[in-house]
Amino acid sequence: MAESTKQDIGKLLAKQGILIAFALFIIGFTIANPKFLTLDNFENVVRSSAILGVMALGVTFVVISGNLDLSVGSMMSFSTIVVLDLHDKLGPTLAIPAMFAMTLCLGALIGFLVGYLKLNSLIVTLGMLSAIHGLTLTYSGGKNMDIADKEGTWFAIFGQGNILGIQTPILIFIALAALLGIILAKTPFGRKVYAVGGNGTAATFSGIRRARVVFLCYIMSALCVATAGLIQASRSMGSQNTVGQGLELEVLAAVILGGASLLGGSGTIFKTVIGVLILGFIQNGLLLVGLDFSVQYVVTWIIIILAVWLDIAAKRGKLMSPIA
Amino acid sequence: MTEIIDQTTPTPVLRLEDIVKTFPGVRALDGVSLTILPGEVHALMGENGAGKSTLMKVLGGIHQPDEGQIIVAEQPVVMSGPLDAKAKGIVFIHQELSLADELSVAENIYLGELPHKRFGLVDWAELEAKTNAILEKLKVGFNAKTRVGDLSIANQQMVEIARALTVDAKAVIFDEPTASLTDAEKVVLFEVISDLQEQGVGIAYISHRMEEIFKITDRISVLRDGQYQGTVNTADTNEENVTQMMIGRKLDLSRNEAHHELGEVALEVRGLSCGSLFEDVNFEVRRGEVVGFYGLVGAGRTEIAETLFGLRNPTSGSIFLDGAEVAITSPHDAIERGISLVPEDRKGQGLVLGMNCRDNMTLPQVDDLKAGPFVADGAEIAIFDQYRDKLDIRTPGWKQLVGNLSGGNQQKIVIGKWLSMRPNVLIVDEPTRGIDVGSKAEIHNLLRDLAAQGYAVIVISSEMPEVLHVADRIVAMYSGRIMRTFTSEEVTEENLIAAISGLNTEKVA
Amino acid sequence: MQVGKLSKYLAGGAIWGFIVLELIFFSVAGEFFSVSDKAFMDADNMLLLLKQSAPIGIIAMGMTIVMVNGNIDLSVGAIYAICAIILLDSMTWTMFAGLGNWVIPVAWCLALLTGLVLGAINGLIVWKTGVDAFIVTLGSMLGYRGLVFMYNGEQPTSHLNWTLVDFAEAQFLGLHTATWFLLVVTVAIWFLMNRTVHGRNAYAIGNNREAAVNAGIRVGPHMMINFMIIGFLAALSAVVFYSESGSVNPNDGQLYELWVITAVVLGGTKLTGGAGSIVSTFGGVIAIQLLRKGLAHIGADTSTVNLVIGLILIAVLFLDRQLNVKGKEELKV
Repeated sequence: MAESTKQDIGKLLAKQGILIAFALFIIGFTIANPKFLTLDNFENVVRSSAILGVMALGVTFVVISGNLDLSVGSMMSFSTIVVLDLHDKLGPTLAIPAMFAMTLCLGALIGFLVGYLKLNSLIVTLGMLSAIHGLTLTYSGGKNMDIADKEGTWFAIFGQGNILGIQTPILIFIALAALLGIILAKTPFGRKVYAVGGNGTAATFSGIRRARVVFLCYIMSALCVATAGLIQASRSMGSQNTVGQGLELEVLAAVILGGASLLGGSGTIFKTVIGVLILGFIQNGLLLVGLDFSVQYVVTWIIIILAVWLDIAAKRGKLMSPIA
Repeated sequence: MTEIIDQTTPTPVLRLEDIVKTFPGVRALDGVSLTILPGEVHALMGENGAGKSTLMKVLGGIHQPDEGQIIVAEQPVVMSGPLDAKAKGIVFIHQELSLADELSVAENIYLGELPHKRFGLVDWAELEAKTNAILEKLKVGFNAKTRVGDLSIANQQMVEIARALTVDAKAVIFDEPTASLTDAEKVVLFEVISDLQEQGVGIAYISHRMEEIFKITDRISVLRDGQYQGTVNTADTNEENVTQMMIGRKLDLSRNEAHHELGEVALEVRGLSCGSLFEDVNFEVRRGEVVGFYGLVGAGRTEIAETLFGLRNPTSGSIFLDGAEVAITSPHDAIERGISLVPEDRKGQGLVLGMNCRDNMTLPQVDDLKAGPFVADGAEIAIFDQYRDKLDIRTPGWKQLVGNLSGGNQQKIVIGKWLSMRPNVLIVDEPTRGIDVGSKAEIHNLLRDLAAQGYAVIVISSEMPEVLHVADRIVAMYSGRIMRTFTSEEVTEENLIAAISGLNTEKVA
Repeated sequence: MQVGKLSKYLAGGAIWGFIVLELIFFSVAGEFFSVSDKAFMDADNMLLLLKQSAPIGIIAMGMTIVMVNGNIDLSVGAIYAICAIILLDSMTWTMFAGLGNWVIPVAWCLALLTGLVLGAINGLIVWKTGVDAFIVTLGSMLGYRGLVFMYNGEQPTSHLNWTLVDFAEAQFLGLHTATWFLLVVTVAIWFLMNRTVHGRNAYAIGNNREAAVNAGIRVGPHMMINFMIIGFLAALSAVVFYSESGSVNPNDGQLYELWVITAVVLGGTKLTGGAGSIVSTFGGVIAIQLLRKGLAHIGADTSTVNLVIGLILIAVLFLDRQLNVKGKEELKV
């Protein structure tokens, strides 16, 4: 009896470990600083996580399909720079669709290379990380981009505005998460993404056009990146070429923290949102209790390792690895 | 149950007593005992899943037994791992090649125990000398420095065998060693085995090939469903008896004698070739007919199925469905045209193990099961329920992950997945591989029923009783070519074996 | 990546063909576009190139053995930064005040020890938890960078020791100190991988892990040693570079992992492990540095360098894939 209770607790911990850790975190921080668990602060966290979160939604598709996307950071820099530049040249109404189109082209290129040409996604997106960074610098001539007339444009609405009393970045994040969550969980396409990531060969043997599914996952990712770039540009109304640098790894960390396996076939949008919020709350909580942002890095490290460790430990039924 | 050894028998090199090994949900070995005498070749037989491999892994130190004893030279021992087993003189030659193909022959033979000097420096001179000495014995055409990846599969197998000769072995376990060897290479292998025998080494030999077993072994032990069935002297028995011990009943050699009206030609193949895989293949399948494809592994049967299913591009020839010529370029294409393929590798090609039963079953038609933009839950569950009942799939519910089901139930999920597509042509590749006897019969009956309902069915199998039992006509293949097509009246075991061995030059389209 | 003909070919020396092509291209193009009137293949320029290859090159040697072993290390840039800080900061610690110039070897040892320990932490986690090295080092990349910032905030850490600078700037037999370090490390790691039991076992583990395990090779300690080697080499790289520069920013070493992996993959090391050669990695390092310098020579800016390197990496992968298609017979999955 005691044995089985112990096992049950172990199972529960392993299965919902992330949520439990999340809850403990919130309780701990709330005790340390009562301001932590307030609606204002919650809004604060979600808003500051929105850009990372939107990108993580797209990367979730890519990771579930069994691939990686390390280019989202530099792609986000690209879309931010492009939309800021075009804003003054074409006006916001044309600049936004033009930026989306250009970003989607990059996503399509990666999707073509990984999906149709079957190249290794780690190396392709590593190469694209560098190439897109170069492209951005070439585009901008290395200069920072700024919107000249910051007051006379409605462009700020995406990053700084309010709709029905909710800040737009939050609204965009929630709406996109709901939309993509439904696509992944409820549509034939979502089912195929899981099949391709779970066992690509079996998916092909079931008549699923695997290349097309992978291609579409990268399109999803590019779409999310473009949206994130839009929020970023609109929030700051000006930007450096390196604004997204390093974000690819934080995004991946959030997705993994949500429990998606790098081998593909598992993960959900909901879990990714949780992963994003955990990262956001850690950052915010540590800040509120007066700790430096650098501590956040270290804490994130420990949490990622623990989360993945618990996950695979539950699957193999043993805490320590069997590696001799 | 223990075997009786008469007083004159020498001290066994290896003895297993009442070995029990359980895996979650399965009692893989249930009190198995086995004695290997010095200088004998001892065959271990049993159907797939009977526990042979598990037993050998226990012997080789890869698995630890839950109960029972391993006795080497009259001393009870505990094998802590493969290296420990090797140190005790028990060498295991794997069925799946376990070589590092980027490394040299010598490094592979001495993998894990490279001779070295001070500071961990490899002693290349000694390594090469020792290796060459072994290779000479095996009379192979490569040397110590050859990269293993550059060798043929058969030569890689010889490298694997060379490993056994590196130690002063008391017992050597061969797991299906001839699966990928040519006849000439088999002769060399059998010579090596007989050399070992003369040196007093005990040999455990696992194989499905009866002719080999009766040629080289002294005694035969049989396992069934993890249980020891007994040991017989090879000289005192015959194939039929051994088979009976393996499957626990008399071999059902009943022919397919069900005759019903055949319909129109559903699939016709003319002059189909695909590079070096198969050449000039001609056959047709009618509605209501089961056509069996029989041949050795590598004869090109699976490749024909894959070509029909759009997974390979034919180099020449044409395919007709219901009389109209078609070009099938992808599985998606094949499915749209009403072809279904139950692939041979259930776990690798048939199922997404991390998905639930229902999702696996409806995967090929998920695009057609829509309610608005979404997958129609109700329709999916209806399909699952229908085929669960029809095929008697035993699972707690559709939410169960396929990876948690038994082999037979997994196979039924794959079959259900393709039946629910209501195909015109159903191709089934090795439908009963790794499935228990009971499920086998069920699947055979199912295939017959499908034909009776008007499906055109192709069954690819390496098991003769299976094709004889289910097929109306049998296509015999050898080395990428159709040697002969038999009707169920014409076929005999002898002429079938002759055809798939390439002995029969008479070709009938 | 599959066992590609091209990767085999690259491992066999195609990378040197690529380097020759680069040399010819930049020499010719330099005649037309160059902003300076010095020839590209000027001896001084080439010596400088070798020296500038050192920081990435030294780490790339460690990455090769880790990748051959079937793992990857994304945390090298952060380890590099921490060790640089330890190196420079420890020279100012009061407890070493009385040592005079003897503080130099002490600081070096401290920095190298730090690298060794950080690498060991990675290795130990990979070994004991069984979590994929990609995830473990992705985490420690963040974690170690956090330690960098905890140490000195966003301030640069600076300390110039002129004896050290003289040593670092010295030339011996015409080669710079940093170049010597790169060459010695290359030879040492080559020796380790080709002549020692540990090196051969590392290949075996990356090539066919199950076979290695069945042959009784202990996978865990080998992986751990390799992570310690790469940690040590990241530290050594920092020691070599910062002995001369004397100032480290907390963001230094960022994206190093990408440069290093690019060099290693260009050199033909398989991502799945088991195959790769130190000599070709050396070629990959030189090829990348040539590209950077060459493009600068003909007046292209960093943006073009990034673009070109990214595209070349993808092109290599593409060519490898194309050469590897078995033709029409191949199963289309």
